[in-house]
Amino acid sequence: MARLAVLGAGAVGRSVIDLASEYGHTVTAVADSRGAAVDPDGVDSRDVLDRKASDGTVGDVDPETVLSAEYDVLVEATPTTLGDAEPGFTHARRALVDDRHVVLANKGPVAERYGELRELETESAGSVRFEATVGGAIPALSTLEDLGAGHVTAVRGVLNGTANFILTRMAAEGLDYEHVLAEAQDLGVAEADPSFDVEGTDAALKCVIVANVLGGEFSLADADVSGIEGIPGSALELAAEDGRTVRLIGEATRESVRVGPRLVPENGTLAVTGTRNIVQIETTHAGRLNISGRGAGGPETASAVLADVGRLTR
Amino acid sequence: MSDVEAGSGRAYTIRLELADEPGELLNALRPIAEAGGNLLSIYHERGNLTPRGRIPVEVDVECAPGRFDGVVEALREAGVNVVQAGEERYGEEVTVVLVGHLIDTDLSDTLKRFEECASASVVDVSLSAPQGTDDVSSARLRLAAEAERVSSALATVREIATEKELLVIEPQLDGGA
Ligand SMILES: NC(=O)c1ccc[n+]([C@@H]2O[C@H](COP(=O)([O-])OP(=O)(O)OC[C@H]3O[C@@H](n4cnc5c(N)ncnc54)[C@H](OP(=O)(O)O)[C@@H]3O)[C@@H](O)[C@H]2O)c1
Repeated sequence: MARLAVLGAGAVGRSVIDLASEYGHTVTAVADSRGAAVDPDGVDSRDVLDRKASDGTVGDVDPETVLSAEYDVLVEATPTTLGDAEPGFTHARRALVDDRHVVLANKGPVAERYGELRELETESAGSVRFEATVGGAIPALSTLEDLGAGHVTAVRGVLNGTANFILTRMAAEGLDYEHVLAEAQDLGVAEADPSFDVEGTDAALKCVIVANVLGGEFSLADADVSGIEGIPGSALELAAEDGRTVRLIGEATRESVRVGPRLVPENGTLAVTGTRNIVQIETTHAGRLNISGRGAGGPETASAVLADVGRLTR
Repeated sequence: MSDVEAGSGRAYTIRLELADEPGELLNALRPIAEAGGNLLSIYHERGNLTPRGRIPVEVDVECAPGRFDGVVEALREAGVNVVQAGEERYGEEVTVVLVGHLIDTDLSDTLKRFEECASASVVDVSLSAPQGTDDVSSARLRLAAEAERVSSALATVREIATEKELLVIEPQLDGGA
């Protein structure tokens, strides 16, 4: 059993709070951007979630108090930011300096400041894990860890459900990008500002994280990225006439990170449909592995976070 | 199509057009051997006449790279109509889709430059311009290149497309199937 401090009460943070007890853990502190709730004996998850729903915040205490609360694992689920990756990076550093473990759902610190974070980890009694940052519920990083990064030559896949949903619908319905994007926004599959997803940034961050785990030293600036915005229905039609379709494919090796729309066989492994993701791992001794599943969502991502908590505290 | 790299030579494809008369094929093949070329295969498109009523024939020839020009020369001297030669035999075909103002940016110039710089040949082009030629259109190209030059050919395609502000949807070469 571990005591969790949860930073961020969005889709992911709330699901972690909701599911923690089912995994045998206690949430001793939780914060959103405006307030915090802290209780060394464990906060009442129901109360906290109700309060968030009714008042828009989890509590009255200053969010900063969470970092000095009693906990074993810090769960970092604040928004992913680029460049300095703040406030996530500072949160993770503080936990490591205090010799606590950190589990990240936030991609920023591991994509943009991986080297620094690993350095802080070597000086700490705590460790950093970040399964949730790549492929949501898909156990991509722990599979890489089990295989050994040295036995993996490349990782590629469909790593953004929003972009994949749009491409799937465009091909199936013969509709243009704008139509399908509006539909995706209505369904809650795409955000009001979808740029992170459709420009390929989100998929690129995940690939950068994978490339870092493989032993490279990358940040988003090193990735070669193009998105799906400019793709007209006619391109998908031409692809379909030839038995192909288009997918936003990200690819990471120790040498490079590339994300862009690619032609794939219509019924091929990489042509997953809807919001589904797939991670394909090329190994030296075990051939090719394919893992597909849900790449996003509160409970899905929380299950990856809680799996990391389990690995750290077993 | 097999990937020919046999013997000491390289494989080349020559396209000929022959008159539909007895003995013409034999007449065309003799100079190849005489000029030091080794005949690998003949593809005789019987029944498929060119607009001028001739028979298209494709022959694959193996010879030392330095001798290939001599082979073509010998054919021409023998009065054979050589439609296309000098390009190496292409082992691999890949499909790319281009998107953008394809017509405004001179599609035929784009294709010509792919062939020149990418050492690839454009086998087939399908254009789709649903909003008319002034708007964004898409084209599917089938490119043929030597197997080991496919990625450099694609890199060149990317370069030319970037210059012309076209979007390239590349084939996923690994893991796609
Ligand atoms: N959603 C997914 O499926 C998914 C999957 C994988 C990874 N992730 C990553 O996980 C993280 C959380 O995702 P999400 O979907 O839950 O995001 P979200 O809904 O935007 O929630 C972000 C939360 O962080 C809080 N926050 C912002 N600044 C803070 C600060 N300085 N201190 C404490 N809390 C702060 C926000 O507070 P307010 O509520 O007051 O605004 C909000 O509760 C992101 O980094 C995301 O990229 C998400």
